[in-house]
Amino acid sequence: MIKIQNLTKSFGSNIVLNDVSFEIGKGEIVGFLGPNGAGKSTTMNILTGFLSFTEGKVTVDGLDMFDFPNEAKRSIGYLPENPPLYPEMTVTEYLNFVYELKGCTLNKKKHIEEILEVVKLTDVKKRVIGHLSKGYRQRIGIGQALIGNPKVIILDEPTVGLDPRQVVEIRNLIRTLGLNHTVILSTHILQEVQAVCDRVIVINRGKIVADKRTEDLASAVEGNRRLAIKVCGPEKEVTQALRSLPGVYSAECLGNLDSDSYSFVLESDAAIDIRKPLFSMLARNGWPLIGAEASNVNLEDVFLALINNTNTANAKKKRGSKKRNAN
Amino acid sequence: MFAIFKRDFVSYFTTPIGYVFMAIFLAVNGGLFSLMTLQAGSSGSISGYFSMVTVILAIVIPVLTMKSFSEEKKQKTEQLLLTSPVSIGKIVMGKFLSVYSIFSGTFVLGTVFNFAVYHEFADSLYLWVVEDAQREGALTRWDVLSHFILSILGPTIAVLLIGAAFSAIGIFISSLTENQLVSLISSIAIMLGFMFIASFNNLIPFEPIREVLDWLSVYSRYGNFLYGVFDFSAIVYYASICFVFLFLTVRVYEKRRWA
Repeated sequence: MIKIQNLTKSFGSNIVLNDVSFEIGKGEIVGFLGPNGAGKSTTMNILTGFLSFTEGKVTVDGLDMFDFPNEAKRSIGYLPENPPLYPEMTVTEYLNFVYELKGCTLNKKKHIEEILEVVKLTDVKKRVIGHLSKGYRQRIGIGQALIGNPKVIILDEPTVGLDPRQVVEIRNLIRTLGLNHTVILSTHILQEVQAVCDRVIVINRGKIVADKRTEDLASAVEGNRRLAIKVCGPEKEVTQALRSLPGVYSAECLGNLDSDSYSFVLESDAAIDIRKPLFSMLARNGWPLIGAEASNVNLEDVFLALINNTNTANAKKKRGSKKRNAN
Repeated sequence: MFAIFKRDFVSYFTTPIGYVFMAIFLAVNGGLFSLMTLQAGSSGSISGYFSMVTVILAIVIPVLTMKSFSEEKKQKTEQLLLTSPVSIGKIVMGKFLSVYSIFSGTFVLGTVFNFAVYHEFADSLYLWVVEDAQREGALTRWDVLSHFILSILGPTIAVLLIGAAFSAIGIFISSLTENQLVSLISSIAIMLGFMFIASFNNLIPFEPIREVLDWLSVYSRYGNFLYGVFDFSAIVYYASICFVFLFLTVRVYEKRRWA
């Protein structure tokens, strides 16, 4: 559906996107993830034809964005970071305008009623946009992107400024949209990606860092199993005993809980479940186990690990080139 | 294109700007007409009015054009326009047509008012034209008609064309800034500049410069219409200013895409 090949975009000497390539198939919900300034919005702006690019090729539904921009734009619905609303218009007037602007051919009245229904705006359809709250405006923005039933829907941070209940609603809506649209969603909220997307593309400093299915992403970094436990017993001896358990890579004492109990973090081989041997070892020594919690690696850790990897790699490269220059 | 035209047109009347523009323009236009032709001590000639009316354009047209693109930029709605399947040329055209239709509509309305009043209070307009034509040696009905066309219709058409040129200039300037006040003030300055670029000609001792300034001046070309000459080259000149500035506006947006 969407194909980006070797996309490069630079503003003057500042390279914002560097040789980015990916493909998105029909009906996928793809999360576009990255820290601020990573190039998320730039990529979206290029995909929607708002910005041009320095090098590369962008095709949407088989149409080249460079050669047939107007035809390609027809199959895209876009919600930019700030919903593009005219504050003096009413909701219906605005949606009618977008309908005409996009040159749609569907049954106008019915189509707009449907969209109002989908984004739950029917109650406020006659209100002036300028008087509505941020949550409503965000939903008008999403409604606007849905007009004309575009094959691709691109949403730039769609849940910003919504209250928790609305966030859930919008996420549900996005999932429903994914049934018969291709959805691209940029965000820096990781739970959102976990909750909604089939696939995640992580971008940092203009480069793709990871492009994986959402569930694979966590296991990509998750090598070891981590266990946080609380034990009553002498600190040093317990640590020693923990380290000597088979399959345990490391055991650290995190500190004193009260007079005689300590908390520890164990990292062990993913293949071995150490909970049973751990329990019998502690029981043998007469050290009561008062708490145990498996701490899974979550998306946040993955994300930070990925970003840090690229940052340090870049830094190393830079240092290397400086050295070479010095020589 | 039609969608943009319609939205912009309606938005002038859902916000106060359209009403403010019409009120100021009609009031000043009418007042000026009355001062120049009807009031005691005035010359009674219509060309005096026509020579003044273009100055008002340079002040009221920026009121319409100041928001054309500046507001879209500020509200970030230009993203909607530029990602819709409409070419930049059509977006600019839609905006131009909405500004121009409000301006020309108001001006035509004002002209109808003016001449209705003139007809009522001064000598009958028709009689005035006939007398004036006869004074100039017109004999046939056709001569009278052509005199009418040249003395009233000619300048009216010229004003409409200058309005088109000024609208294009104003739209171009509004595409450069997201601040409406900056857009308003610089538009007024540039339009007045175009009007009076040749005013200081008698202070310039160098002939070629005078020629060039005279050629650029909106007002010098307008003069021919006031003397009852239907100057075709002036029409081409106004149309080309209009075209050049609309084209530049398109370029501003093209360039931003590529920046």
